Amino acid sequence: MSEESSNNAYWKANLRLIIGSLVIWALVSFGFGILLRPALSGIAVGGSDLGFWFAQQGSILVFLGLIFFYAWRMNKLDAEHGVGED
Amino acid sequence: MDQFTLNLLFVGASFALYIGIAIWARAGSTSEFYAAGRGVHPVTNGMATAADWMSAASFISMAGLIAFTGYDNSSFLMGWTGGYVLLALLLAPYLRKFGKFTVSEFIGDRFYSSTARLVAVICLIVASTTYVIGQMTGVGVAFGRFLEVDNTTGLLIGACVVFAYAVFGGMKGVTYTQVAQYVVLILAYTIPAIFISLQLTGNPIPGLGLFGDHAASGEPLLAKLDQIVTELGFNEYTAHHADTLNMVLFTLSLMIGTAGLPHVIMRFFTVPKVSDARWSAGWTLVFIALLYLTAPAVGAMARLNITELMWPEGTSGQAVSVEQIESDPAYDWMATWQKTGLLGWEDKNGDGRIQYYNDGNAEMQDRAAEAGWEGNELTNFNRDILVLANPEIANLPGWVIGLVAAGGLAAALSTAAGLLLAISSAVSHDLVKGRFAPNISEKGELMSARIAMAAAIVVASYLGLNPPGFAAQTVALAFGLAGASIFPALMMGIFTKVNNKGAVAGMLAGLIVTLIYIFLHKGWFFIPDTNSFSDADPLLGTIKSTSFGAIGAMINFAVAFMVSKSSDPIPEEINELVESVRVPKGAAAAAADH
Repeated sequence: MSEESSNNAYWKANLRLIIGSLVIWALVSFGFGILLRPALSGIAVGGSDLGFWFAQQGSILVFLGLIFFYAWRMNKLDAEHGVGED
Repeated sequence: MDQFTLNLLFVGASFALYIGIAIWARAGSTSEFYAAGRGVHPVTNGMATAADWMSAASFISMAGLIAFTGYDNSSFLMGWTGGYVLLALLLAPYLRKFGKFTVSEFIGDRFYSSTARLVAVICLIVASTTYVIGQMTGVGVAFGRFLEVDNTTGLLIGACVVFAYAVFGGMKGVTYTQVAQYVVLILAYTIPAIFISLQLTGNPIPGLGLFGDHAASGEPLLAKLDQIVTELGFNEYTAHHADTLNMVLFTLSLMIGTAGLPHVIMRFFTVPKVSDARWSAGWTLVFIALLYLTAPAVGAMARLNITELMWPEGTSGQAVSVEQIESDPAYDWMATWQKTGLLGWEDKNGDGRIQYYNDGNAEMQDRAAEAGWEGNELTNFNRDILVLANPEIANLPGWVIGLVAAGGLAAALSTAAGLLLAISSAVSHDLVKGRFAPNISEKGELMSARIAMAAAIVVASYLGLNPPGFAAQTVALAFGLAGASIFPALMMGIFTKVNNKGAVAGMLAGLIVTLIYIFLHKGWFFIPDTNSFSDADPLLGTIKSTSFGAIGAMINFAVAFMVSKSSDPIPEEINELVESVRVPKGAAAAAADH
């Protein structure tokens, strides 16, 4: 039973982490890169604006950071909840 | 040494390298490679997966599509990298925990239904075949150029090479061969980009040069580019012209398609541990990002170079003369590409000059009338030639051109062969043996695999001759299909308790609706001229067929939930399976069910 509830807490923490990460994922690509680009057009970046930079460079860099952050957090979470592999 | 010989030398040497590594690796040990992926470091695995993933679409086609459209095609960049976030967070670790080898096995077991497995196999075959059509387009361009023959001959020669390569097969299975392919591919992509970035901006990192200053004019590179293309009546490069809804849906389709394509997902089934599956997705994206961060710079800089070559005195001066194109070595690339039939020009007004401008633009029509121009005279510039022609356009040394040839072929051949293997094993293992003739002999299974492979390449080559779009666009359709059918089924399998009937109904709905929408716009079974609509004026609002995958996925989710709600809940042992997939503890080594 205790394992059940620990698994449950683990899964909830995982879902929170996934949702948080996906919010950032959507914000930098669909947000800054496309929908919010007009709002960021005042911020100049080398001959264009911040939205253009996010669409062609920034979002990719943030995606990379997100995946490594998630892997690091999850491995810690595995250990905290005793559900890791070894 | 002439360029033709140099190209053959580079292509030949790279192939010798792959085959050499394959033989060495086989001799070195038996089953340590790929088969279980044990002992392969996540970094190495990431490099191999990146080679598997980056195909003719990424290497040959994408930068060309960005070059001629600008910001609006950023979807390719965000879509094909953002999908890895979905893969790493939503799929890879859980599928690894499940511990089988193929996507259809997971769907069959999780939805306790051989029908679900069959439907998944059909979805995979449809998506993979579409994907191969796009690869064949790229293969045709590459072979046409480097053997200096027309595009059709190039495609047919390429098809034979791909077939031989796929039958030789073992090469695909060896991780270190793919690592070598990645190294060739990434050097071939980045070296010319670094040269060109240095020429134009003085910055050796193309992604930074893109946002730097244009050395010749002192203005920011992108501002300079915006200025000269608008002076010729084209859309401003950095501005947003595309329909926003379509752009969002297109980006989303590419993302979920990335997370739904079997040949990439499969790589994460076989890493040693669940935590490695998470890291491995990250490393894969590191190696992919090296190309994707460079691609927008390649596109923008090539566009600038091409425009300046066509207007050597500046856009307000005289256009390049036919005589100069024929005699100046800086224009030699135009003659070589003309042979493939993918580049063409015509002095319509007979003034001895080739005016390159947007003849659909009203202001330009006024200028043209005044100057006596009779329409754009750079009549054909196939987007798919841009990356391969790029080093020649920038006048780079011959060895760089040879290297790009080797890189383009590595990208196209490895992915095409990998997909053919996936199709043939799906047909022989999942369909023939798993469904229609369970008692088939091993020999018979092998024979059916070969026949499936031959059939797939014949179909793909035939359709590749009259492709539904440029290589990357055709590949985008494949992503839409995978995203609409497989991705939702995998996600619901892990994160929800949707039952067998829901999953089958959802996958079928997603696949069929998306396929019909694509066929309505691209022709039934991609046969030209059988379409009722076109992407210029799509059936539903502004949603193009390449963007429909995201809608298909929503339909898939909705149908699956509705059907699942109105039928029996999942049995207890499947409930336990879902719970166990969600925690890494107790992960066993991946095992096949045969």
